[in-house]
Amino acid sequence: MAISARPVAPDIVVARSTDVLEGRRHLVAVDDVHLGLFRFRGKLYAYENACPHMGGPVCQDRMVDGVLERIEDDRTSRGMTFDEDDPHVVCPWHGFEFRITTGEHAGFSKIRLRSFPVTEDGGEIRVRL
Amino acid sequence: MTNGPRIQPHAIQEITTHTSTPDILANAQRDRERYGLDDVFIVDVDSHHSELASWPEIISYVEDPVLRDTAEQMMLHRPLAGKMALSSYDPGLALQDAGARIPHQSNLAEPIPPGDDHRDVELARRAMDAMSIDVQVVFPQPMLGIGLHPDPTIAVPLLKAYNRWFVEHILPKDPRIKSLIALPFEDPQACLETVHLYGDNPDVLGFMVTSQRHAGVHRNEYMRLYAELEERGLPLGFHAGPSWKDTMTSTMNRFLSVHAMSFVTCNMTHMTNWIINGLPERFPNLKVIWIESGLAWIPFMMQRLDHEYLMRQSEAPLLRQLPSDYIRQMYHTSQPLEVTDMKLLESTFTAMNAQDSLLYASDWPHWDFDLPSRIMNLPFLDRDAKLNILGGNARKLFGL
Ligand code: FES
Repeated sequence: MAISARPVAPDIVVARSTDVLEGRRHLVAVDDVHLGLFRFRGKLYAYENACPHMGGPVCQDRMVDGVLERIEDDRTSRGMTFDEDDPHVVCPWHGFEFRITTGEHAGFSKIRLRSFPVTEDGGEIRVRL
Repeated sequence: MTNGPRIQPHAIQEITTHTSTPDILANAQRDRERYGLDDVFIVDVDSHHSELASWPEIISYVEDPVLRDTAEQMMLHRPLAGKMALSSYDPGLALQDAGARIPHQSNLAEPIPPGDDHRDVELARRAMDAMSIDVQVVFPQPMLGIGLHPDPTIAVPLLKAYNRWFVEHILPKDPRIKSLIALPFEDPQACLETVHLYGDNPDVLGFMVTSQRHAGVHRNEYMRLYAELEERGLPLGFHAGPSWKDTMTSTMNRFLSVHAMSFVTCNMTHMTNWIINGLPERFPNLKVIWIESGLAWIPFMMQRLDHEYLMRQSEAPLLRQLPSDYIRQMYHTSQPLEVTDMKLLESTFTAMNAQDSLLYASDWPHWDFDLPSRIMNLPFLDRDAKLNILGGNARKLFGL
């Protein structure tokens, strides 16, 4: 059995738990890597603040729930509504929207934010870069 | 003491309409370093300032005393007209910012310390610095829709007033700011006067037709204008604009749809009239620039017009080449560059001979702006072609 020799990067304490409140975000710079930390229903997410489209500050714009179109059984449209289970963050440069819970573009999942493992313990949030 | 990474909360937690341009565009610094953009000559052939912030000033330049009084009374008694009096601004266009998802499209409300120069001059400087742009061609925003105004007797004097104000207050304030002055196209005589007034100004690189829907560009009354521009060696631009009121777009229920189609069909219409009426043959030395429609429509036009022309030559007797040959001899601005299929884009560049005719444009501060890195990271272009598109072609075209 092969044993990986790749060193595991240490987890870095990047914020206190209280910095990232429920439903909110916190932007932090770790040297020159800029991260957006998000909390949704207790769970934490960490993404690089660089948009896969053109490098925009994707974690710094509106957080807004994903939009659904309501289609009836007869396939008529009854307009739009927000999906409270699917919060998005929008890139301010051109409006690409990403699912906070997965980092994927809301309409084309092959485009995704660069994400980092994140843990929380003893009031501290750690990220592995 | 450890040498761990330096951790600090980001100074800007959220970008809003009040965030400064350098902060909105801070991430562009990476491209600047990666591509050495400071050493590249970059001309941005399409960007905008917000003339609505200066509306009362612009209105004071309206020559017709009755029209001016009407506007001033409007602004006095209808507070919401303070930035709109006389304009035909389409409220549907306020959807451009996608529900405030794209703040710089909504507004650039950043604080600017009071100084000698107009706020819009400082905003242009900040954008140029953030994007490493050396020369920026600056246009108005809502005034670009002037070609859609229902009343030419308002549209023409309003645009004349705006042009005078712009040439006095914005254009001379920074040597990097240039413009193609908008023509009051409904009035061919007023167009000629506009060229006579500003054609010798070194900061005026040429003239342009804005979002025009109601005038055939081939009509005889425009020939003196084209001859004048040709004689002076000044290019003519066509700056497309969107309208929700075209017969086609009037069926559309989403801004996305209107935006996708309306710019393109605006330019397609004029280009078709321009070529099929033989204007490139009548004015062989007049340089024409097609502004703000991306590039995806161009190969379509080349194929479509060639195909039709070969079957119906008798309807276009002035042509000495295929329509696609004329298209290849014209100039196009790059933004918004469609990059979702690189093979298609590469074919487009080849078909239109982009390396000698394409002009980089940012369209800043509009929601679908392109950074210079858009050109720099195209995988199928060599460095010389990139430098041509970013600034070399514009340098030749405008004599910069
Ligand atoms: S850079 Fe993020 S949407 Fe364009």
